[in-house]
Amino acid sequence: MGFTVFYLSLIVLIPLGAAFLKTFTMGWGQFWETVTGARALASYRLSIGASLIAASINSVMGLLAAWVLVRYEFPGKRIVDALVDLPFALPTAVAGITLTAMFAGNGWMGSWLEPLGIKIAFTWLGVVVALTFIGLPFVVRTVQPVLQELDPEFEEAAATLGASRWQSLRRVIFPELLPPLLTGFALAFARAVGEYGSVIFISGNMPMKTEITPLLIVTKLAQYDYTGATALAVAMLAMSFVLLLFINMLQWWSRTRYA
Amino acid sequence: MTEPRWVRVLLISSALLFLGVFLVLPLIVVFSEAFKKGVEVYIESVREPDAAAAIRLTLIAAAIAVPLNLVFGVAAAWAIAKFQFPGKSFLITLIDLPFSVSPVISGLIFVLLFGLQSWLGPWLSEHDIKIIFAVPGIVLATIFVTFPFVARELIPLMQSQGSEEEEAARTLGAGGWQTLWRVTLPNVKWGLLYGVILCNARAMGEFGAVSVVSGHIRGYTNTIPLHAEILYNEYNSTAAFAMASLLTILTLVTIALKALIDWKSQVEAREVPERPLVEAAYEH
Repeated sequence: MGFTVFYLSLIVLIPLGAAFLKTFTMGWGQFWETVTGARALASYRLSIGASLIAASINSVMGLLAAWVLVRYEFPGKRIVDALVDLPFALPTAVAGITLTAMFAGNGWMGSWLEPLGIKIAFTWLGVVVALTFIGLPFVVRTVQPVLQELDPEFEEAAATLGASRWQSLRRVIFPELLPPLLTGFALAFARAVGEYGSVIFISGNMPMKTEITPLLIVTKLAQYDYTGATALAVAMLAMSFVLLLFINMLQWWSRTRYA
Repeated sequence: MTEPRWVRVLLISSALLFLGVFLVLPLIVVFSEAFKKGVEVYIESVREPDAAAAIRLTLIAAAIAVPLNLVFGVAAAWAIAKFQFPGKSFLITLIDLPFSVSPVISGLIFVLLFGLQSWLGPWLSEHDIKIIFAVPGIVLATIFVTFPFVARELIPLMQSQGSEEEEAARTLGAGGWQTLWRVTLPNVKWGLLYGVILCNARAMGEFGAVSVVSGHIRGYTNTIPLHAEILYNEYNSTAAFAMASLLTILTLVTIALKALIDWKSQVEAREVPERPLVEAAYEH
């Protein structure tokens, strides 16, 4: 017990305290200016916007993937199931360069998407693609166990009462899946907002256009603007906190309404 | 009683298409890019001095971080699962911390602590102790971002197992260490192994946090992911993918070990619930 507390304070509390103390030496006015500068605002829009889109895509496709993996049989299912963990276990830098190679003009995906006018690499779309990759496992893995545990009794009861397949899906099964779906969305979103390694290669990092907030922090650090970097970090933490609080309330609502 | 066949086929194909593009294709791309110029070039780029140094540094960082976090994880899980004490949920939240912050912020925290502009900065440079932009900083950052893994894996496991067996052992006269070694640990061995391989995978693959504290000095303060980044930015993408392929092999081993552990723990018919990598990491 004593060892645990000692280790934790050393590794977590002291560094964290340092971060906040640094920001306080800055003064409120300067803090506000840094945090609401045009470049910073553009980066929030990108980081948060792309994360929301990616988490939404993952919610839909993750639900589909979980459904297919739990309910149906097909060849190679076990391998696919194991592979779902890939984005979580793969180092972010590897994901970054690989996705860029795939979606660049001469890549496996880019070579037929770009002639169609869809440019992914070095645009905000590329950021969304990278964040979708990174968040893929979250929804699948939160929905799967719930789906697996679902008693077929309820669907059968609904069927005997005359519900169509679609009706029983919508009114019996989906409400059970909504809480884990929201949890998965929240996890994917939280991960996406802070993501660095997998995004910076495919995004192109153009300030005001494809620069994510973590990158802006790193840029400020490279310029030795430690207080600026800290201010942005604090702003990022505050925004994530608020958004996650909102999602938590959604989850609470869905639990009381449906569970 | 299920969906009509055409619906099932449609759903399966759509899911497989999506997963194929996002999961299978990247794997293929890593290796095809790495071996684009042939096997000899591949081997050459892995044996090149800066690459070898990066591999060495990655292994060192993992070799330090994983055992330390293993000990911490067992200690924390033990304390949380078997005892009651004030501030317990605060402790649990604290353990979650590296998961909820961006890796860049994790690295930033260490720069603020040990960098030139910090309190410790002047003292450190007086004594010529380099932490940031040197190996110790990298090791510290690695420890920070990976410390929750073992703990988070063990806590729910130990909690669901309760403390009856330990109490029984104590009444039979076992000492503290004996109880730990012969009663507690064997019960959690699969979860422990799981936590360790996750911790290791993250320790070797960490990019954001290490990038911030590293200083990117070739041959000295680059880990495999950082070296891959440098190579890629120099348009030497074949060598970059060679580095990436090493990490990808590690990832595939990690996933395979996870499947093996799942299978073994089910075979032992214990009350070890299937712990998907993600769930295990993020359970609240």
